[in-house]
Amino acid sequence: MPDGGVPVLDVKDLKTVFRTRSGEIHAVNSVSFDLRPGELLGVVGESGSGKSVTMMSLIGLLPSPPAEVRGGTVMFDGEDLLKVREERLRALRGARIGFVFQDPMTSLNPVFTVGYQIMEPLRKHMGLDKQAARNRARELLELVGIPDAARRLGDYPHQFSGGMRQRVMIAIALACDPEVLIADEPTTALDVTIQAQILELMKELREKLGMAVIWITHDLGVIAGIADRVMVMYGGQVVEQAPVRELFGNPQHPYTRALLKTVPSVSGARAEKLAVIEGQPPILSSAPAACPFRARCPQAFDRCERENPARVPVGPGHDAACFWDPATGGPRDV
Amino acid sequence: MFTFTLRRLLLAIPTLLFISLIIFLLLDFAPGDPTAQLPLTIPPEVKAKIRESLGLGEPIHIRYLLWLKQFAVAEPLHAFDATFGTHFGEGMQRVISWQTRSPVGDIIAQRMPQTLWVVGLSYVLGTLIALPIGVLSAYRQYSWFDQLGTFVSMVGYSVPTFFTGVLLIVIFAVNLGWFPSIYDTTHVVSDWDSFVFQVRQMVMPVAVLALYNAAQISRFMRASMLDNLGQDYVRTARAKGMSEKVVVLVHVLRNSMIPVVTVIALGVPTIFGGAIITEQVFKVNGLGQLLITAIYANDIPMVQTLTFIFAILIVLFNLIADVLYGILDPRIRYD
Repeated sequence: MPDGGVPVLDVKDLKTVFRTRSGEIHAVNSVSFDLRPGELLGVVGESGSGKSVTMMSLIGLLPSPPAEVRGGTVMFDGEDLLKVREERLRALRGARIGFVFQDPMTSLNPVFTVGYQIMEPLRKHMGLDKQAARNRARELLELVGIPDAARRLGDYPHQFSGGMRQRVMIAIALACDPEVLIADEPTTALDVTIQAQILELMKELREKLGMAVIWITHDLGVIAGIADRVMVMYGGQVVEQAPVRELFGNPQHPYTRALLKTVPSVSGARAEKLAVIEGQPPILSSAPAACPFRARCPQAFDRCERENPARVPVGPGHDAACFWDPATGGPRDV
Repeated sequence: MFTFTLRRLLLAIPTLLFISLIIFLLLDFAPGDPTAQLPLTIPPEVKAKIRESLGLGEPIHIRYLLWLKQFAVAEPLHAFDATFGTHFGEGMQRVISWQTRSPVGDIIAQRMPQTLWVVGLSYVLGTLIALPIGVLSAYRQYSWFDQLGTFVSMVGYSVPTFFTGVLLIVIFAVNLGWFPSIYDTTHVVSDWDSFVFQVRQMVMPVAVLALYNAAQISRFMRASMLDNLGQDYVRTARAKGMSEKVVVLVHVLRNSMIPVVTVIALGVPTIFGGAIITEQVFKVNGLGQLLITAIYANDIPMVQTLTFIFAILIVLFNLIADVLYGILDPRIRYD
């Protein structure tokens, strides 16, 4: 597991709100994390927990309006991405920070050839001429495991299957050798066998190319198999963060613990009914002044109503935002 | 694509034959008599002779087949002869207008330029104005530009051309005296001054029709752009670091043009139909005006021929729209 070194990406206190007709939605609340070189950071949480919005905020991909990044810093290679001009962000996007999105069926432009779409960032960011870009595009398709790459460059997205399209998306994201790859639920829209293939491909590519990856998912099984470190998000906040083994072995936050119980196990005796986290995720119409999980939390007590817990260290490289200590079964002394 | 086009062209033949038959029967069943306009002093026997000389004595299927032969064989051959100085069509009976006694083809050829200039130019102009307006309105949805564009196109689309036409005449021809209120079709452009005059007399009819066309097409363009701006591939293009110009004018526009091109292509036949009302208001004697006077005068060969030409154009541009659709959208393959 890669460790130490200066983080490639250092996010502090990121706040994003959406302005809507019926008021503001505080989608991301004081999120802080870092990403180390070559590391794969898994980000988990249920739908609406702010995973995707956080990552899109980093690099100005949210439509504004309605989205508005309210505060924080995003340090990347000595620059604060929230302060630089739009042109600078454009020069980083697709060049040093690559994206893979959830639905490969709609994420490619249907009227341009796959080759054109891969060559676009190559020509823009690396200044390659047509022939050089074409050669590089062919190499990229080979890299992501698309057979007969040279011929397939001239094909349109609808001539590819879902898994193959996601491979094309990965090829586009990797085109300019990015230092950071943000993968937003890249396997969610694919069926299980294809998911496994894409996961294998990503593991292999990461070893080969050595970029840092942020992998957003709500599938804990995927995270266990691929991540070095995991960040759990709930209600627009990071509630727990730990190396992958530590998180699965010693979950601290009640939400993480509940989340782990919802995963079906194939080994052992046929278990009792799958656990469900009762209730609904919060609607974030105001900046939270209390713990966002309190309404669904089996351990909630009076302090959770009054204060929003900060993340405190609970183990080596492990922190959690909770007033309750599972080790003692009582309130944590913070 | 080629075999598709060929197959569609061949299929168009029975379609058009059927349409021509329907038009012929409709006109034949319609009440009206070509001699009705003649003075009452002409004795009925003479009137009957006149009707016979017009070919009305023959049974209906003979008349239909004769018209078909004249339209499909004699007229094209004459047009060919006139262009290349050959003599293939000599001695063949052409479609003759009952009103003027001259061949229908010649009259249409005389009227065509006025219509193409005024109505055609307004269509081209309307389209050229509408596309950027539609793109910008969608890109800046709900901005003041979009609100203004929406307002103007609602007005342009819902206020009839006979009203805007007369309004423009009252303001710019009567009160301000900038433009002539009547279009002079006999005007010949020979030098700069006559060209300026031609432009001045075209301004108002073209403006009225361009507003109407632009209103319609810009709404289509805007809706289509809006559909596409929210698509995932747009986010992908931005994530690749493409500039907004490339995102909007390459990625989104290409997709948005697919339905709009169809709408534009299907609108082209209406140019040839002439803007009947606008041509009346500005006294442009183009094809629309020709059709109206022919209908009033019971000039059946003229009405039949004009209507059928419109039908051919509609079938043809439907085909063109389909082919363009296939060219713009790789997901559609006809072969």
